[in-house]
Amino acid sequence: MSALRTGAIIALLSGLSWGALGMIIIGVTFSLVSGEAAIPPVGRAIIAALVGAAVCLATPQSFGERRRLGYSAAAILGVMLILTLGRPFGLPLSAAPLLQFIALILFVLLVAWANVQVLTGVPVGAMLRYPFEAALIRILKGVGLILFTVFVFLPFYVMVMTSFKSQAALLANPLDFSIDLGQGASSLFRSYIDLFRDFNFATYILNSAIVSICTVALTLLVAIPGAYAVARLRFPARDLFAQSVLLIYMVPAIVLVLPLYAVFSQIELRNTLTGLLIVYPATTIPVALYMLQGYFRGLPAEMEEAGLMDGLSRTGVIWKITLPLSLPALASVALYVFMIAWNEFLFAFMFLDDPAIFTLPRGVASLNSSELPRELMMAGAVIATVPIMLIFLWLERFMVQGLAAGAVKG
Amino acid sequence: MSTDSQELDAVRAGSLSEAKGPPKGAGPLQRREARLAYAMLAPTFLIVCLIVLLPLVANFWISVKPVQLGDLRPPETTVSERVRANAVQAGDTFEIRYTIRNSSPRMALSDVSFSDAVPADDVRLAIQDDRCTLGEGVLSCVLGDLEPSARERISIEATAERDIEDVEALLEGSDPNATGSGGNVLTDFSFTFDNFRRVFDATEFWNVMWVSLAYTVFGTAGALILGLFAALLLNEAFKGRAFLRGLFLFPYVAPVIAVAYTWVTLLDPNSGTLNAILLQMRAIETPINFLGQRYAEFSLLGVPISFPVALTTVIAFEAWRYFPLSFLFILARMQSIGTDMYEAAEMDGASPFQQFRFLSLPQLAAILAILFLLRFIWTFNKFDDIFLLTGGAAGTRTLTVNVYEQAIGLSNIGAGAAVAVVVFAVLLTFALIFFKFSPKEEG
Repeated sequence: MSALRTGAIIALLSGLSWGALGMIIIGVTFSLVSGEAAIPPVGRAIIAALVGAAVCLATPQSFGERRRLGYSAAAILGVMLILTLGRPFGLPLSAAPLLQFIALILFVLLVAWANVQVLTGVPVGAMLRYPFEAALIRILKGVGLILFTVFVFLPFYVMVMTSFKSQAALLANPLDFSIDLGQGASSLFRSYIDLFRDFNFATYILNSAIVSICTVALTLLVAIPGAYAVARLRFPARDLFAQSVLLIYMVPAIVLVLPLYAVFSQIELRNTLTGLLIVYPATTIPVALYMLQGYFRGLPAEMEEAGLMDGLSRTGVIWKITLPLSLPALASVALYVFMIAWNEFLFAFMFLDDPAIFTLPRGVASLNSSELPRELMMAGAVIATVPIMLIFLWLERFMVQGLAAGAVKG
Repeated sequence: MSTDSQELDAVRAGSLSEAKGPPKGAGPLQRREARLAYAMLAPTFLIVCLIVLLPLVANFWISVKPVQLGDLRPPETTVSERVRANAVQAGDTFEIRYTIRNSSPRMALSDVSFSDAVPADDVRLAIQDDRCTLGEGVLSCVLGDLEPSARERISIEATAERDIEDVEALLEGSDPNATGSGGNVLTDFSFTFDNFRRVFDATEFWNVMWVSLAYTVFGTAGALILGLFAALLLNEAFKGRAFLRGLFLFPYVAPVIAVAYTWVTLLDPNSGTLNAILLQMRAIETPINFLGQRYAEFSLLGVPISFPVALTTVIAFEAWRYFPLSFLFILARMQSIGTDMYEAAEMDGASPFQQFRFLSLPQLAAILAILFLLRFIWTFNKFDDIFLLTGGAAGTRTLTVNVYEQAIGLSNIGAGAAVAVVVFAVLLTFALIFFKFSPKEEG
């Protein structure tokens, strides 16, 4: 094993992974953005990247980063152009020339830069274990970050872009996500306009907002006193209660949905938002109670005792001392519950038949039909996603705390 | 004297016994505190009982009852009235025919009766049917029991007292009032084990079971491993880390229906981006139907292998959607490990991989174990994801999807509830195993 521990191996791995990854990512991105059917020559890109890595390794370390980068980039560009006979993406240079030029430069710079980053301080010959592994980790981290980012990002990109295209255009060339900005806003946002005009999406947004906000309010109203009692008051079976709360939210929704469906059908609560407003809080109260009681326990009891001594009632203590101190926790819980209610699908799907009271997930589900074009469904998905994403980005700190505290559920 | 001293003794005895030690049982203050606690917990308790525990029990009840989806609408008596005449002259006789029907195909009705207003000044009724009587301008008939889907006809001969232009409109203008009480299939005492027999007899039951297990195990492991990698990537500070951390949480925060449909679009064999990319890269020759193909047959070193395509895709989705949770937890744990340990390891010459293997991993073992258990149960419970991606087709039907398939797809609520009972039983088994093997001191 230790015979393999050389700088040459690192250069080989670096060239291999950056050449392949760089060409695939940049080639595909070029295709998606330009709409041209590029055929990324991955094999030749790897050879070019290997040459670049070799040049980088051969350049003395004393030359400084910028000079090594320059040599390496020049080598990659030269090899790439020669090997592909002047067609770096399998297309003549005249196809989308500006974008192709940018893509080529990006590819060359990315691979050269990554090689230099990995190979700085790496000798040609044998290496010690520590620097060898450190260089290996640099490769892995770089590759991992790019792969993860693409893996997470690609579906969202496809969601947004599909909503701007038409089914016919996508069937003709599924890779063409280029947006023609010259077509005007009303044509670009055609799917969205359709959804709001013909499919009642404004009502669905309103319904979703009402249901989610009421769920948050009801949940907090019930969970706050409950959490306070579990955290502060002494009563028999307190620990039993605290633990069974955890067990409750292990109960799968699918087991509850049939009996609730049957009973709600008979008492005519099924096809109503009231029905949802009974079920949603019931599923979120245990989580909220569990999260809040953990936080309440962490608050100093002395302040509350002082309040009691000064003549406040329990309600007064909770209202004037405990709650103001737990605003961050309340925000986290509220956001987490809001997210659950906003995203909830199963009960909305089973309960709601009347389009006038559809929530957004139920409304998007109704777009899943072979008679309706794909882009409508994707536009619906975007409409359902954007509000919760905005809230998430705006209040990320609280949201992350809420997720972390309640994340055992999902 | 005697009574006084007795009282005194009693008081003394009481105060003595109090002085012996701390009071046993709850004092009034404590009792008041407990009462307050119960009052504050009462709403939670009530809602959880009504919406979680009661349905759980009801599910067992439904699972042994012959309930179809259609039975949820209670049986009703419907009465229709026909008059076969238009313009009549005084003295003409014609027939009024009532048809009484039980709307339910499965439930009998009892105490069936109806009444209908008859304009006594305009028509005279000759009642031969002994089930019917004529009161003040009101015809009422009592029919007793009505079998499922049964129809009864009652015809009554009427004589016009005057000339009437449109006798049909006159008589049919008043809608008959029908009564009749049907049993409720949910609350009666008819039981059956057919539901369970059906569920277990089906040859696919074990198939469904295995799919559930594979989905749960690999989905949980996939999400955990991806989460671990993501946390390792973002453990050290660099420019753009906060942005990437936010981005990595996207799959979990977005509504399941939005991301599931996006994957369906992305993986579509005809217009999907992924297939197009793979074709373009010459990685595949024909598009892969990621969500619709049960098995891909190929041979590896001469061994024929059938690879479950759709199931793997669904598991990949599960890992994609839920890795953010493990990522968040593992990252938090990593950030809380002190740096001095690593400094000491550096001094001793431990390489990066050794540091990970012998320092980080043991520190993360506890959180990984807890995450695995919780995610395992939640993945097993998952319904939405598979339902939205494949609807349970192409070898991806898990137990939870089967609940829906039986109850709504095949309109047999009882059978669905029986599958739900199986889900619950499996879950309980997991929980018991986990509690048995989990360390006792963990909170």
